[in-house]
Amino acid sequence: MLKTWLIIQREYLTRVRKKSFLVTTFLIPIAMVAISSIMIFMAVKSEQKQRIAVIDETGVFTNKLDTTSSSYEIKYIAKSNDEKHTVLEKNESDILLHIYPIHNGVPDSIHIYKDGGVSLNAKQFLNSEVNNVFQMKQMQDAGINKEKIDSITELSLDVKSFDLQSNKETNTEISTVIGYAMGFLIYLVILIYGMGVMRGVSEEKTNRIAEVIISSVKPFQLMMGKIVGIALVGLTQFILWLVLTGVLHSFLPFLIPGLGLSSSVGMSTAEMQQAQSASASQLAPMLQMLYSQNWILLIGCFLFYFLGGYFIYAAMFAAVGSLVNEDPQEAQQMTLPVTMPIIIAFFIMMTATRDPNSTLAVFGSMFPLTSPIVMMARIPYGIPGWQIALSMLFLVLGFIGMTWLGAKIYRTGILMYGKKVTWKEVYKWIRYS
Amino acid sequence: MLDILHLKKYYATQKAVDDISLHIKQGSIFGLLGPNGAGKSSLLRMVTGITMPDAGSITLNGEHFSLQQHSKQIGYMPEERGLYKRMKVGEQTMYLAQLKGLSKNEALQKMNEWFDKLDMQSWKNKKVEDLSKGMSQKLQFVITVLHEPSLLILDEPFSGLDPVNSSVIKEEIYNLAQKGTTIIFSTHRMEQVEEICEEIALMNKGQLILQGSVHDVKQQFKQNKYALQVSKPIEGFEQVIKSQSGNRYELQFTDEQDADKLLMHCLQQKNRIISYHEILPSLNDIFIHLVEGGAARKFENYQA
Repeated sequence: MLKTWLIIQREYLTRVRKKSFLVTTFLIPIAMVAISSIMIFMAVKSEQKQRIAVIDETGVFTNKLDTTSSSYEIKYIAKSNDEKHTVLEKNESDILLHIYPIHNGVPDSIHIYKDGGVSLNAKQFLNSEVNNVFQMKQMQDAGINKEKIDSITELSLDVKSFDLQSNKETNTEISTVIGYAMGFLIYLVILIYGMGVMRGVSEEKTNRIAEVIISSVKPFQLMMGKIVGIALVGLTQFILWLVLTGVLHSFLPFLIPGLGLSSSVGMSTAEMQQAQSASASQLAPMLQMLYSQNWILLIGCFLFYFLGGYFIYAAMFAAVGSLVNEDPQEAQQMTLPVTMPIIIAFFIMMTATRDPNSTLAVFGSMFPLTSPIVMMARIPYGIPGWQIALSMLFLVLGFIGMTWLGAKIYRTGILMYGKKVTWKEVYKWIRYS
Repeated sequence: MLDILHLKKYYATQKAVDDISLHIKQGSIFGLLGPNGAGKSSLLRMVTGITMPDAGSITLNGEHFSLQQHSKQIGYMPEERGLYKRMKVGEQTMYLAQLKGLSKNEALQKMNEWFDKLDMQSWKNKKVEDLSKGMSQKLQFVITVLHEPSLLILDEPFSGLDPVNSSVIKEEIYNLAQKGTTIIFSTHRMEQVEEICEEIALMNKGQLILQGSVHDVKQQFKQNKYALQVSKPIEGFEQVIKSQSGNRYELQFTDEQDADKLLMHCLQQKNRIISYHEILPSLNDIFIHLVEGGAARKFENYQA
């Protein structure tokens, strides 16, 4: 239909040309990159070495604590009467570790002193180091030689999970993260763009432009034009976000030149290589897992549920927009029945990321009002194809049903001025129109 | 041109339009009058195809009316003006014209014609929210008539317009009627109806209570009132003198012969008759007279 196409065009162009669209489209990726680079920067910054002074009254720990860490510099000092004040106040060290003499086989007590609070990292570092060293000593005392101990401590068993059908390795953590992220994204999309539809409709109603337009086109065309137009805006914005975030992230090292350098200050080349290979060895299996996900299925499903989720709610948001008069408080009350299932879906999604095959999760991923959000949390775990197909079928049917219902409310509501509409009246419109 | 037969529209609580039949001739200017809530808007919405009647039929030039077919032939300006506030004047005009079915080129050409004629070219790039009330009124009028509808429905077309623009729009309405456009307009302002409309219909509580040409309606409701100005006071005739101020009299006769008697009397008394004319009721008076029979709200008469 030519006229519907005109409406779609207008809805799309007026939104895309708005300053607020440009601002959110360009600022959000920039903000995201800025936040993540600030976080990286802070992490790098905090790697500035903390100087730790150690008073070891046992003699067990002297020269044994790990000094390879790039974050800490350890110096052993002798006990004196007011060592705390000398060391810390003269700013010779940042942290003072005091290990008191051995009593009944273990150090009497171990204290950390610092001007102000000790960071969690530093405390965990010292805690594990002190324990490692002491356990090592105990084992050596028990007659186990050092090589043996090293080989034991390096031993680490890894439990892996596999998918029965494909016999491929699965990664629960990654599935959870992907499922959660996609479900959350769809939740946001439905709320943000659904509200956009609602605001657009109620603006047309309060402006009385709806009456002018409805003398040219059918109410259904006006409603669908708006819904499709805003869907296209959402897709555009989403794609731009992906592209911009990707581009900005790849430029990150150039944008913040100090990032690469500051971390290598005071670090020998050998240390750097070591650090890199350590992180690389952690990352490799994660990346492999990421790549092993069926991304074509994931992205395909994501786009389907992204649009399906938006469309099934959009007509309802349009209906609510058509009921609202100028009072924003009224709008909030009227939206509640529509936003409620979205919020419930979000909670089901959260439980589904933990137990994707629970009855609630399966039901939630089939019921069209919740499936767009819940199903995305289940798909990364690998679920039977028929479940996805059924859920999609229900979603399409649900979309048709909700749009039919929404359109009925919309075409009466858009022309009702002044009086506050109750849900009871709305029910009558549906029944008798 | 437009035939409305037994049109009905019922809402849950009221009969908005209750069995109305009207015939409107092509090229005529038809006034639809009635107090708030009389059902004028409901009637007009059905004629514009915005809502569907519960019963009855609307025929346009002999064809059964449907929005799909006839939307291009109808221009509707609702009582409460509706325009996108943040859209530019030019874009908005083009958009609404194309929605009516004009091609882009046609719309552009028509827009330029009208904007030139009404001196609006400089508004094109302004946003509607930056226009004054009178300006946006004028714009709304142009948008309504741009696609050259054969039936023009105007709800309160002059509200918010200053006298200069008001007469510009009035002029255009006359021009359109002369070219054969049928115009229905609904208003509260009776002096405009008397001035512009050839035919009128009065609505109250969903029903048509009066219909006809302005002249006929006035004749029908005249109450044999006359105004008389003479050079000296009249003696007697107390039963026909309704009010008096100085030597000006308002007279009401129940019998036409009383008038002759009174005038004869004045002439015999050498009481010079300065002026003598019939007082026809204003539409406003007629309306109040008709509506107050029921418990209707008082008719609002806005003095511009």
